[in-house]
Amino acid sequence: MSRISAKFEALRSKREGALIAFVTAGYPKPELTPQIVQTLARHADIIELGIPFSDPIADGPTIQGATDRALKAGTTPETVREIISQIRCTSEVPLVVLTYYNIVFKCGVDKFVRDFTAAGMDGIIIPDLPVEEAGEVLEATRKYGADLILLVAPTTTPERLKRICDVSSGFLYVVSLLGVTGAREQLSESIKPLIADVRKISRVPIAVGFGISNPEHVKGVIMAGADGAIVGSAFINLINKNLKDQQKMLRELDQFGKILKAAARLAH
Amino acid sequence: MKYVNKFPMKGKFDGFGGQFVPETIMPALEELEAAYKRLKDDSKFKRELDYYLREYAGRPTPLYLAKNLSNLVGMKVYLKREDLAMTGAHKINNTLGQALLAKYIGKTRVIAETGAGQHGVATATAAAMLGLKCDVYMGTVDMERQKLNVFRMRLLGARVIPVKSGSCTLKDAVNEAIRDWTANVRTTHYLLGSVVGPHPYPMIVRDFQRVIGKETKEQILNVEKRLPDAIVACVGGGSNAIGIFYDFLDDPVEFYGIEAGGKGLETGKHAAPLCSGSKGILHGSHSLVMQDKFGQILPTHSISAGLDYPGVGPEHAFMKLRGRIHYDSVTDEEAMGAFKLLSETEGILPALESAHAIAYLKKMPSKFKGKVVVINLSGRGDKDVETAAKEMEVKV
Repeated sequence: MSRISAKFEALRSKREGALIAFVTAGYPKPELTPQIVQTLARHADIIELGIPFSDPIADGPTIQGATDRALKAGTTPETVREIISQIRCTSEVPLVVLTYYNIVFKCGVDKFVRDFTAAGMDGIIIPDLPVEEAGEVLEATRKYGADLILLVAPTTTPERLKRICDVSSGFLYVVSLLGVTGAREQLSESIKPLIADVRKISRVPIAVGFGISNPEHVKGVIMAGADGAIVGSAFINLINKNLKDQQKMLRELDQFGKILKAAARLAH
Repeated sequence: MKYVNKFPMKGKFDGFGGQFVPETIMPALEELEAAYKRLKDDSKFKRELDYYLREYAGRPTPLYLAKNLSNLVGMKVYLKREDLAMTGAHKINNTLGQALLAKYIGKTRVIAETGAGQHGVATATAAAMLGLKCDVYMGTVDMERQKLNVFRMRLLGARVIPVKSGSCTLKDAVNEAIRDWTANVRTTHYLLGSVVGPHPYPMIVRDFQRVIGKETKEQILNVEKRLPDAIVACVGGGSNAIGIFYDFLDDPVEFYGIEAGGKGLETGKHAAPLCSGSKGILHGSHSLVMQDKFGQILPTHSISAGLDYPGVGPEHAFMKLRGRIHYDSVTDEEAMGAFKLLSETEGILPALESAHAIAYLKKMPSKFKGKVVVINLSGRGDKDVETAAKEMEVKV
């Protein structure tokens, strides 16, 4: 069983919702990413690490900004692979890589999945790779024992939902709203029926992301039936706010992670 | 590849193309494909589009024998006058087609990206006429060098949204348009301006631009009683080129697609993915792109905003690998030379994009000596006067 599946299983037996924390690797600089991840991993159950890509079409301004800055700081896919190896030396937290398809494609799909899995990656999310085009990645992830986490959106038709659920492993990423990533004031209204629909079909745990930015949101999606909540831009915003004071940055990430995890725990 | 049957490849040109987009917009692509399949042979739709192309946009455009230029370069040069189509470029062929398509499928708003502003103007025009709301994304660098077109779009009732991310040019405008579409996909049609992007766009845009080649074929057979030896067109995303080449593909005609060589291919400051790019995924399709060894998309440079793009239509990548179309490039300087040459010899101010195609005749005269050559004069150059003045260090 993969680290991701094992984690969800353990949480289920404890009747807890999962907190999945996303950060852009290399932001604000590559040296800091292992520390940021270790801080988040005190509370978060799964860590998503973004490999920066020059043209992140699924991301809003917050993650775009972090991406630009990470690239300017010299972050490459190889840097991220080294960061993953480094984290893996001291931590068993499930690690999911999120990147755009060109990064994987340019490296070579098989080589990418092989090398990153060897470094300690447990699963991969590629937001611009729909199920129709996922064959090669699926083959590689199965071969090397990683999860391929696919996304469903509010626009996904029942027919597509079934096809996506047939393939996604580890968990299913439910996009809460129409649009790009980024903190929002309100939880999308369509999220409850969407979770209910997905719940009926999915064989794997479901986690909700996009716009989830405070404890209320986390609680909301878990009470609506999701197994986990994915928070990204809200963590990036905390990093943004504390670029000049690293200790404070880590402290605030720790506190915020703690609050979010508490919300995920109580909601179940 | 045991999953091949489970994941049927869609919209692939021998591996190029496909649909690499977020799940949120996949259903919209499916909807668009289905609607297009239904409407492309629908007699009412076809009649309506033909009517607008003829009575509104001024088609057919002339095929003009450029005598002075012909004498100068030692070949018989015909210009397909897309610069005379309404809004001053071939872009209107596609925007009328897609805006009508959007209306038929019940969308109330269109969005577009634009580089030189020609596609933006053509979209704003079609939207105004068909009563659709229109927002155009444009990089701030392009807004600066194509001010006139920004104002034109606003006059036409469109909102021009400045894009300040990345290189602030066409590539970033496409990113922003895709993001907008993701958020508004239920009411909005993304009116993509070239034969790029996810399937079905490369096919739809190509089909709407095929009118250029269809007319050219009829016109050249009429005057020359034979096919041309060669057809030359500039290639940014590649819509005017595919449009004029397509109906000659099975004929004994040579094709030349000319990319923006910028300051020279060797400098890296260019926008010529077919000449010097590699296989990659950008804006939803697998094609040739300008990228570094990790797959990060590289900044581009061209004097012509309409060619300043790191990707190219997947069908062009396919044609290159098949060897059916020759691809080459000319520099900014050569394009500027052709801009002046056509103005002085024929009294026609070409768009800097189209000037790339003309420049190729001067660059490689031996290829065309004594032959009948058609150039797709894809747009007019009024919009480029300011850039030209700057380049010539003249104050206007």
